[in-house]
Amino acid sequence: MIRFENVCVSYEKGDAPVLDSLSFEIKAGESVGLIGSNGAGKSTLLKTLTGLLSYDGNITVCNLPLTKDNLAEIRRKTGYVMQNSDNQLFMPKVIDDMIFGPVNYGESRENAEKSADEALAKLGAEYLKDRYNHKISGGEKRLAAIATVLAMKPEILLFDEPSSALDPKNRRSLISILNSIPETKIIATHDLDLVLDTCERVILLSGGRIAAQGNAGNILKDKELLEKNNLELPLSLIPRGEI
Amino acid sequence: MNKARKAGAEIKAVEALAQGNSLVHRLSPLSKLAMALAYIIITVSFGKYDYSALIVMLLFPVIGYQLALIPIGTCFYKLRIVLPLVCAVGVFNPVFDREIMLRIGNVAVSGGVISMITLMMKGVFSLMMSFLLVSTTPVDELCRALRKIHFPKLLVSLLLLTFRYVSAMLDEVAVMTDAYHLRAPGQKGIHFSAWGTFLGQLILRSSDRANEIYSAMLLRGFTGDFDYSPPKKYSRLSPLIALILISLFIAARLFNVISLFGRLK
Repeated sequence: MIRFENVCVSYEKGDAPVLDSLSFEIKAGESVGLIGSNGAGKSTLLKTLTGLLSYDGNITVCNLPLTKDNLAEIRRKTGYVMQNSDNQLFMPKVIDDMIFGPVNYGESRENAEKSADEALAKLGAEYLKDRYNHKISGGEKRLAAIATVLAMKPEILLFDEPSSALDPKNRRSLISILNSIPETKIIATHDLDLVLDTCERVILLSGGRIAAQGNAGNILKDKELLEKNNLELPLSLIPRGEI
Repeated sequence: MNKARKAGAEIKAVEALAQGNSLVHRLSPLSKLAMALAYIIITVSFGKYDYSALIVMLLFPVIGYQLALIPIGTCFYKLRIVLPLVCAVGVFNPVFDREIMLRIGNVAVSGGVISMITLMMKGVFSLMMSFLLVSTTPVDELCRALRKIHFPKLLVSLLLLTFRYVSAMLDEVAVMTDAYHLRAPGQKGIHFSAWGTFLGQLILRSSDRANEIYSAMLLRGFTGDFDYSPPKKYSRLSPLIALILISLFIAARLFNVISLFGRLK
């Protein structure tokens, strides 16, 4: 579904690469946690995958090479939930933001509203439909941001720090939402407990390179590996006396 | 509340007003745009001493606000910063034009004073009509109307994105001034020694946010045009109402209704 082959990304020509010779593959329906310390390249990877950054190497998304010609089609198939929901919600009302994507891709307003209703129902957030974006709470904004992406019916969902700024209850409901979404997911986060609860596979980035990848349970239990890459064991795996 | 945050909230409040469902809200954006443009052009075209004929033009925005269910005070409150500037236009007229044109009792009124008042009226009326348009029409629908009359795509994009980015920039100003005042207690405003860095940081931060917002738009299929805002169902009578009102504007311009009433006995 997603294939990276020797992908390198630099923000400025001549600068050290932010992503350095990355190669990996993600199969359809997989839920993959993208972990790493600050500056490891998690957000850069997601932005590259959606064609927001230029790159060297080969990227294939849904069997389409990531080129300028395929960009619209790839963006239609990928839904990117940004770290800051305020940046994602730029229309006055939640419903306006939700129909923005589908209508841009040629759906009628009626169909777009239908997709929006389905997405909100999936999240149990029908009450948000006619609310103003600037009058909803942080947790509701996150829900609305996810809904705007789900309304496009993407095949791949990308989440950038989805649990940041959420209270424990909202975080818990986010985890059940993530687990209820059957599509392919990449979740970039520092919240290793969230990864443990939602992902079967993990890619550990460090300095723009893949330090490890494999089964989430195995990698997240490897204290030595995590500490070597400036991470710590998920709280739920630390024995109570050691916290 | 932080002044920048308050300003941002006011912009969003105007957007919220535009989502109403009154008689005026239900008119098509293109008709409203045509009416507002015609109104402004006709209002501005009155002669500099035509204050009595101009008074009739006040009726249109006033009735418009009543029909839109928007208190007229909201307009003056939102435009409180611009209004004095508009009123300042022509402030030197009394100095240059001293010819006596009118006597009210023993008080002689010069042509300069009359032209100043006329100019102020023109400015205030035009602002009232512009605000009525903005507060009854969502900005994206307005942009769509502009595109319909073949206004250049680039300029329309610029208008829409500026509107979106102004809110983002005000958010950033609010965050930065809050952070500044928390570490500079008792200080009024931002010290001039920090203006340079403050402005530089503001530009960088706003530009980053603007980029993120633009990315969010691109990722959801934005191509620079306004297909994303399909027309809601507007009143079919909109063009007819626009035509009637524009005819009334023209009639008010051609006939001095006030003096006509004055002659009735």
